[in-house]
Amino acid sequence: MSTGDSTAMPDSSPEPRAGGSPAPGLAVMSPIRLFYWSVRRELWENRFLYIAPLIVAAVFLLGFVIGVVHLPLSHGNASRSPAKHLLTPLDFASLVVMLTYLVVTVVYCLGALHNERSDRSILFWKSLPVSDVTTVIAKASIPMIVLPLITFAIIVVAQGIMLLASAAALWTRTPILPMWAALLYHLLTVHALYYAPFYGWLLLVSAWARRAAFLWATVPVAAVLILERLVFHTSAFAHMLLSRIGGGPAATPFPPSGNMAIQAPTLANLGAFLASPGLWTGLAVCALFLAAAVRLRRYQGPI
Amino acid sequence: MSVIEATGLRKVFGTTIALDGIDLRVEEGRILGLIGPNGAGKSTAINAILGLTPHQGQLRVLGSDPWAARDRLMREVAFIADVAVLPRWLRVSQALDYVAGVHPRFDRAKAEGFIAGTAIGRNSRVRDLSKGMVTQLHLALVMAIDARLLVLDEPTLGLDILYRKQFYDALLNDYFDRSRTILLTTHQVEEIQNVLTDFMFINRGRIALTCSMEEFEARYAEVTVHPERLAAARELRPLHERQVFGRSTLLFERADRGQLQQFGDVRTPGIADVFVAVIGASTPASAAGGR
Repeated sequence: MSTGDSTAMPDSSPEPRAGGSPAPGLAVMSPIRLFYWSVRRELWENRFLYIAPLIVAAVFLLGFVIGVVHLPLSHGNASRSPAKHLLTPLDFASLVVMLTYLVVTVVYCLGALHNERSDRSILFWKSLPVSDVTTVIAKASIPMIVLPLITFAIIVVAQGIMLLASAAALWTRTPILPMWAALLYHLLTVHALYYAPFYGWLLLVSAWARRAAFLWATVPVAAVLILERLVFHTSAFAHMLLSRIGGGPAATPFPPSGNMAIQAPTLANLGAFLASPGLWTGLAVCALFLAAAVRLRRYQGPI
Repeated sequence: MSVIEATGLRKVFGTTIALDGIDLRVEEGRILGLIGPNGAGKSTAINAILGLTPHQGQLRVLGSDPWAARDRLMREVAFIADVAVLPRWLRVSQALDYVAGVHPRFDRAKAEGFIAGTAIGRNSRVRDLSKGMVTQLHLALVMAIDARLLVLDEPTLGLDILYRKQFYDALLNDYFDRSRTILLTTHQVEEIQNVLTDFMFINRGRIALTCSMEEFEARYAEVTVHPERLAAARELRPLHERQVFGRSTLLFERADRGQLQQFGDVRTPGIADVFVAVIGASTPASAAGGR
């Protein structure tokens, strides 16, 4: 990158120091660049983000290939009468990778603002000109942007291999492009946006907890559930959580089973999703949690 | 303009007063050592200067309040908190990539030059490096940053003497020039005596003594006195007295060196000896009057 005595970077323009007096902000990296390197740093640290789903997909593929070779009959049955089976192999592939993604997300979020404090590296990160806001946004973008895309790519590749391996059996019966469009739509609406308050909460807990982050993340939720039940004899909070986990009413062109039923999401689906208040209240709650996490990180040092 | 300017800098944790109204002024081109016992407030002062903790009182670092915008300050301030803060999973090449990616004043070629002079492998992870090598790596990263202020908080903690020596040699020979300023704390006071241009004793959140090294040599003198002359020497009101091999060594402040010559060889004391004299003597007094 930079050579010799120059500290100028390709896309930064340090102004000369005027007469020795310090001009605040004399050499600035663009926010995009700071964000990009902050995200890369997360991927360096947390290689399980892509290794775990890759392993799961590889194991699944292995099992699938063995199944195709050794059990052509049962496979033939599956494709002949899909209704009898809850899931086709293609659905099953995307399901297991997506479940892995959920687990990976929880593990990542709970460690994201905790590990840097427990290994004291926060002092190194804070010695560099990257703000707490940039850091927290970069960490939040892992479950909300990076992981949905990684998950999508892995599922597409895995399903592609399965389709190739199974030759005509699945090819002809599967509406491939609508299926992948629905998958991407599902990942970006439900997982990236509708689940945002969950990620915000987990990141906040990870910034807050000195230890046992998982307990801090779950026990207060359980406490609210129990208290509401005992005091008000209602379960509104539980219903709210379940509807949130279910993906909300506006984000469901993703049928639980049966490839045949898959339709590509339409603009109307997207419009309904974007118009749903649940999406925006969720994003607002997420923003509040993240703002609190930024504030905590600003005050905190190693633990 | 001063690099660091503090007036009435104060920090309270609950009922503990970590910094009790410190006035501090560090000019460009100085190397200031902050020296004090554990819990004296050194790290609190440094954390406030680096924008890592909020504070009361006036504080300006390079003209701005560090707590208001730490990330902006870090374009011109570099710091090593202690040797063990580089994350263990980080590869050497990643460290270079990352700092080059986020720091506008980082000279990657320079850092690579420093690393080439060590046994550090480019693809090693921090966890595979020895403690000394991690320090070398961190130092290489920091020295390649064209910072105006470098802050080192116990930078050589846990290092053996060879690395400690190398660390300060590199700092002085390859990094320091008159346009930079260094602020450092350490427990190994003796080792940095000839590195510093100024030092400051801090005790119980207050400044016990501020002194430049030129002033130090004129101000303090030490003489080992023969037992027969001890009473006469004590007449000159030494600051402190200690026993070395059964003989008394007396430490004087602002005494006439010519007058001291009669008792034996007059030397400039170590900072550590003055530290013991000043802090050791003032501790009960400041405990009574400090709060």
